[in-house]
Amino acid sequence: MRELSLHILDIVQNSLEAGATHITIEIDEDLAEDRLTIRVIDNGRGMDAETLRRVTDPFFTTRTTRKVGLGLPLLKAAAEQCGGRLTIQSAPGQGTTVTAEFQHSHIDRAPLGDMPASLMTILLAEPPVEVRYIHRVNERRFELDTRELREALGDVPLTHPKVRQWLYEYLRQGEAGLWDVEPAGADQTLPGNG
Amino acid sequence: MPKIKSIEELQKLREEAQKELKIRTDTGTVITVGMGTCGIAAGARETMHAILQELNKRQIDAHVKTVGCIGMCVHEPLVDIEQAGMGRITYGKVTPERVPRLIEEHLINGRVVEEWVVARMDAVK
Repeated sequence: MRELSLHILDIVQNSLEAGATHITIEIDEDLAEDRLTIRVIDNGRGMDAETLRRVTDPFFTTRTTRKVGLGLPLLKAAAEQCGGRLTIQSAPGQGTTVTAEFQHSHIDRAPLGDMPASLMTILLAEPPVEVRYIHRVNERRFELDTRELREALGDVPLTHPKVRQWLYEYLRQGEAGLWDVEPAGADQTLPGNG
Repeated sequence: MPKIKSIEELQKLREEAQKELKIRTDTGTVITVGMGTCGIAAGARETMHAILQELNKRQIDAHVKTVGCIGMCVHEPLVDIEQAGMGRITYGKVTPERVPRLIEEHLINGRVVEEWVVARMDAVK
């Protein structure tokens, strides 16, 4: 995939298919250590040892759980071609943690890409899921917790047009603040076609 | 530099949104975008954002949500449009380029874009 944010969206879809109600997404960019680490932690149904052993085999597929297919093999290949690795911890009833590590400066590392767009897609998921998002770049940090948002919103859903507009702006500002840049496409109220 | 947004702003938004919530729930439109691996690979994230952009540009109130794979992967990106009393139409291969016409025909002119329909469910009478 052309952006790591699309891989993240894909891995989170696995969590949703596994019945997760809470998902934590961590992105840690440590430029001094030249490391980019992406971690997705869910409280879904988890996988048994046999499924876990075969889950990065692209030709192993059981569409009943949707925990397999091309998503994880593609992320594994992306990490390994950048001097990194993919690790998965999972057990039935214990949820799943997927960790992908990359050499930050590696020439073959895909850009993180449009994280606000991926997050919006996750936040508009049906049925709704609680998401905790933490993106660190060196000492800086941007965090979002949907429980905090829902508390502020009461019975107004995140899918409300006014709310989603606000959310997208909030995400763009938060991400841009990690890098001292103006939010991308600041002349638009919503993103373009990619 | 724009003003930094804070969570407190959401509470103000909540009051505004609550006033309109009932009307929107009763008569509103729900647009659903399939977001399985198949959808993502076919560009569904970009399709969803094109939809949000078009709705915003035309000042149309509609709920937009995403779901996992709903089958018919070959037709991804898949977009469902459901309107109260008008049933549910599933459109296939909805690329970002097709979004403006889809919104204009279906939501503004009230005409189904027949050549892009892959499934439909009539309204419950």
